[in-house]
Amino acid sequence: MFSWQTQPLTGFNFIGMVIGAVVVLALLLLIVMYLIFFLRKVVAWMQNRIGPNRVGPWGLFQSMADVLKLLLKEDIVPENADRALFMIAPIIAFVPAFMVLAVIPYTATHIFTAGLNIGVLYYIALSSITILGIVLGGWASNNKYSLVGGLRSAAQMISYEIPLGMSVLGVVMLAGTLNLTTIVQQQATDRFGWYIIPQIIGFVVFMIAAIAELNQTPFDLPEAESELVAGYFTEYTGFRFAFFMLTEFVYLFAISALATTLFLGGWLGPWLPSWLWFAIKTSAVIFFMFWVRASMPRIRTDLLMGLAWKVLIPVALFNILLTGLLSLLL
Amino acid sequence: MGTLHSEEMILNVGPQHPSTHGVFRLVVTIDGERIVAADPVIGYLHRGTEKLAESLQYTQIIPYTDRLDYVAAMLNNYALVHTVEYAMDLEIPERAEYLRVIVMELNRVASHLMFIGAYLLDLGAMSPFLYVFQERELIVQLFNEICGARLTYNYMRVGGVRADAPPGWLAKVRAFLPHMREKLKMYDALISGNEIFLNRVKGMGVITQEEAISYSLSGVNLRSTGLRFDLRKNRPYGIYGKFDFDVVTGENGDCFDRYWCRFQEMEQSLNIVEQALESIPDGPALGKVPKLIRIPVGEYYTSIEGARGELGVYIVSDGKDKPYRMKLRRPSFVNLQILPKLLVGQSMSNLIAILGAVDIVLGEVDA
Repeated sequence: MFSWQTQPLTGFNFIGMVIGAVVVLALLLLIVMYLIFFLRKVVAWMQNRIGPNRVGPWGLFQSMADVLKLLLKEDIVPENADRALFMIAPIIAFVPAFMVLAVIPYTATHIFTAGLNIGVLYYIALSSITILGIVLGGWASNNKYSLVGGLRSAAQMISYEIPLGMSVLGVVMLAGTLNLTTIVQQQATDRFGWYIIPQIIGFVVFMIAAIAELNQTPFDLPEAESELVAGYFTEYTGFRFAFFMLTEFVYLFAISALATTLFLGGWLGPWLPSWLWFAIKTSAVIFFMFWVRASMPRIRTDLLMGLAWKVLIPVALFNILLTGLLSLLL
Repeated sequence: MGTLHSEEMILNVGPQHPSTHGVFRLVVTIDGERIVAADPVIGYLHRGTEKLAESLQYTQIIPYTDRLDYVAAMLNNYALVHTVEYAMDLEIPERAEYLRVIVMELNRVASHLMFIGAYLLDLGAMSPFLYVFQERELIVQLFNEICGARLTYNYMRVGGVRADAPPGWLAKVRAFLPHMREKLKMYDALISGNEIFLNRVKGMGVITQEEAISYSLSGVNLRSTGLRFDLRKNRPYGIYGKFDFDVVTGENGDCFDRYWCRFQEMEQSLNIVEQALESIPDGPALGKVPKLIRIPVGEYYTSIEGARGELGVYIVSDGKDKPYRMKLRRPSFVNLQILPKLLVGQSMSNLIAILGAVDIVLGEVDA
């Protein structure tokens, strides 16, 4: 199969890579924008509201209008903030969010994305860089709400990264590879079918940890509006705020895509083109997360860590043990 | 390396904070996320209702009471006119009494619905807030039909109510009851068993019975500690003696019990409304009262079971058509006094859970 990694770095190939990257980036930016629209519509539907319906047909241009508005806003840096850190924090948070998208296999013939041999590791490693940006943002704002929000984020995201990584291990053991493309291909021939069936425990742990990683309800403590106003981005305005916002939604998409790849057979499926299957499955995962978001209150702070360390990690470890035993016995 | 230096931080919550239910300000001293001290600052909504009342005739005071607890204005209306009627020893037409009970209990339901929605919103769940507003809207529409206002009703009069129910209104209320009961079941299924919700409210902000009494708490805050005290039962006013309903009490006095008492109280209120609809007689809605209402010289105090506790009006009269002095016993204000005690030692995220469960309305706290 074609992959950019195996190609020599010639001028032609370089241009090809750049074009591929730009296409993926632009496409994903569009998807993420509509993700915000999707969220608002889905949650509105669940709450018996109408949701955005003014800008463009069915409100389709609402997100664009929002982004434009944020672009035009004044970029305020608080007087007592640590200027340099304050300015750079959103970028630190934002860049890894897009970088992780490079390894997601969107289609069967994937030309635009990297088939890294350590795809899973790459994703988990890079996504943790974002925490730095969030802590820095909270710290540099020189605002108490921001600081508490940033510290909460750091504690939460670092804690939940561990069960997230461990829940993926079961899949890696079954597939025998860290390459996301190969993991999908293995699921086509695996006797259990998609890995959600043999790895159901892993999937549950993965979803809980993923929602916590995303700071989504019920784990939205870092930006708990009723307690912390807006959490770590309280002081941010304009496009720097949009960066944080986009980071969140890019990760939402990325982690749903990762769940699809690891557990739901990625692009696999009959009749329809592979990219459509991928889109359908990812949308289903995203919809599920929105559903949780619309129906849950926020978890208590002191139980948050307990859930990660006392429940999710042991369960994930048990899952690894079980997977090992099963692959030995069967 | 020296010892790690740490110091307490003063955090100013409010007055423009999303979860202080109005313009309530709380200065909390925190050590990390733990609250060391909490100091409520009130008065941002003070309008001097008590002083204003001194230059108003009794009928003119009624609209001012609407602005106290604006979530349950019918009950405020009644608290005032009830004291005036008690002072004048007035005879109230039966139909007016029944209409009053119907609107007051509906208003209690609306108020408790609002509490549940706002409380869940405080705890991070947005949907219940929007759901309960649909049912509250139905009640508000009913009020709109009977008195022409959605929030500030000005419906009660000394000697009765301003107008009889329009034709078909009672049938609408009757049709509303089964709908509301069904919705209550739905909310119960959505909220009451949610593990995350229970974790946040069970055993949180516990008030013991002794504390509740010594802080003079009333209403749900008192009943949640297990004390069976409801003015509608213990000191029946109006025609409440005629109705058969339970006084809902809690066991542990924690935030969950306060939530759960309010939830069940809504069902009891619906029962009262149902009984009132069955036996409402015909007749005038406003009794015979003098054109100019004067209260004999003396001091008068009556209190009713408001949506948030004992809502009392104390009138000192010098025989004129205006009170010499009027004092309002506002349950939100009294209940709020226990808040600093409840908060000390808790973490910041429980602040909102505890403040929300006390259920204050700032219009009433500041008066």
